[in-house]
Amino acid sequence: MLRQLEGSRAVAETVARCRPHVVAAYPISPQTHIVEALSDLVAAGQLAPCQYLLVESEFGALSACIGASAAGARAYTATSSQGLLFMAEALPNASGLGLPMVMTVANRALGAPINIWNDHSDAMSQRDAGWLILFASSNQEAVDLHVQAFALAERLSLPVMVCMDGFVLTHAVEEIDVPDQAQVDAYLPAFRPRQQLDPDDPVTIGAMVGPEAFTEVKYLMAQRQLRALDVVTEVADTFATAFGRDSGGLLRPYRTEDADVVVVAQGSVLGSLADVVDDLRETGVAAGALGVTCYRPWPWDAVRRALLGIPRVIVVNRAVAVGSGSILGQDVRLSAPAGTTVSDVVLGLGGRPVTRDGLRRLVLDVLAGRLDGEALTYYDVDRERVAVELARELGDAAPTSGARP
Amino acid sequence: MNLDVRIHGRGGQGVVTAAELLSMAAFDQGLHAQALPTFGSERTGAPVMASCRISDRPIRSHDPISRPDVVVVQDSTLLRDPAVLGGLADAGTVVVNTSRTLADLVASGVVVGPAQRWVTIPASDLARRLLGRPLPNTALVGAVAAITGLVGPESVGSAIRRRFATLDPKVADANVSLAEQARELVTAGDRGSESVA
Repeated sequence: MLRQLEGSRAVAETVARCRPHVVAAYPISPQTHIVEALSDLVAAGQLAPCQYLLVESEFGALSACIGASAAGARAYTATSSQGLLFMAEALPNASGLGLPMVMTVANRALGAPINIWNDHSDAMSQRDAGWLILFASSNQEAVDLHVQAFALAERLSLPVMVCMDGFVLTHAVEEIDVPDQAQVDAYLPAFRPRQQLDPDDPVTIGAMVGPEAFTEVKYLMAQRQLRALDVVTEVADTFATAFGRDSGGLLRPYRTEDADVVVVAQGSVLGSLADVVDDLRETGVAAGALGVTCYRPWPWDAVRRALLGIPRVIVVNRAVAVGSGSILGQDVRLSAPAGTTVSDVVLGLGGRPVTRDGLRRLVLDVLAGRLDGEALTYYDVDRERVAVELARELGDAAPTSGARP
Repeated sequence: MNLDVRIHGRGGQGVVTAAELLSMAAFDQGLHAQALPTFGSERTGAPVMASCRISDRPIRSHDPISRPDVVVVQDSTLLRDPAVLGGLADAGTVVVNTSRTLADLVASGVVVGPAQRWVTIPASDLARRLLGRPLPNTALVGAVAAITGLVGPESVGSAIRRRFATLDPKVADANVSLAEQARELVTAGDRGSESVA
């Protein structure tokens, strides 16, 4: 049933209906409303049996989830920004040990400078941690992806991160269908751990592996991640059958058929892009959009197939690799078919709004060749402002003969 | 049909709640709606902005409203910032919380577009009387609902009751009365720019 409610509330209710046994989280904006709501549900006895662990940090939160999962409990946590970085030490342990769990990342910029607003720097910085990383394009998809994430995690025995744009989605109040308990129960089987710590049947999880076998373990991990691509598709398909809604999967193409230009993006900007694509199509510009829902594992073949025959592709990057370039754009470039030109664009860092006007202008600029020759375009940067600063910095750095201006 | 309402106010005035209430009331009315706060570092008194989109079609965009049909100004001192009316349609509507008259605002330098409709309403004064605190947001929601005619008073009342369900029922009652009073004031006014009091 559709209700008008906040994205965070909808996600918290959905997570509760997935019946986690352990929720361990440390509050950080803009994730806070999700874990507050879950803590209320546990305190009110509406989510039981479940232990809500008050931890001292994000490192503690993820470590508690690792312990819980190893003991056979369905575990959940949520974080944002530097909170995710504070989990960094434990992230590859969860994936390396093959421990299923679900984490929401309410995407927020990384400091310094400190900034509480939305971009994708946090999740993208942990792209190689061995977690599955899914990006929600809307609050409805965020809700649906959480149900799918528990199914995926437990089927694959791997941890899954569900990313939703901080504030833009977490704090938006809109119509959302939170799946009811009976539906979720029918879809999500009880957690049967592949391995489990049990005092009556002692095993070691996480023994040291030396040079004689480490490469093989890592190779098998990589293969397992890539095999997960098929499972992501299957889980989205069974979800669509069970819930009557098309959510998740690897990619979300929108009007890419016969497109002259396709914009590739992740997250909530895809909603605005759909509106822009419709507008442009009405004015005779054959534009399309391609949402990347599954960022890790990277859907090589699906991206290549989706872009086949598309002459121009624009990648909207909401995070940058300082000293290198784009992050999403690099993946897209490696997957793009021969003959496809990729324009790599940075937009919307640290909460700068990605507007429909801006996206529309971007598509037209690219089609007019105005971004040609640029390896990476900071499309919404204030060029005059940075030019002044840059001149000053270069002036400072230049050798001087004593006197400074 | 699309109606884009942008609400400007200060931290503590219930700007975000106003957008949420309007979206809940519109949803009850069978419309699609989205309330989207734009947060600063939350501080009492700092300028705050929230967007509320209402449409007869599902809403996909999540960008802040840049071309509003209606601008609600919860604190008239914010009118000094030209960004508050930024992107407002030539025939757009401005609802200002003030006990001053429109003529008075114009005399003090506020520029009213020839085709725009301005409504001034002493929402803080009404709130002080009914709530005991100068919280103007529910009065302004009642006013906007009446001015746009998209959302009925029952939906506004029901949204207020649900949003304040965890508080003392007297709080919801007083806010429902406040929204109702604002609606009556606005409905009694003329169709053009006006001051209601």
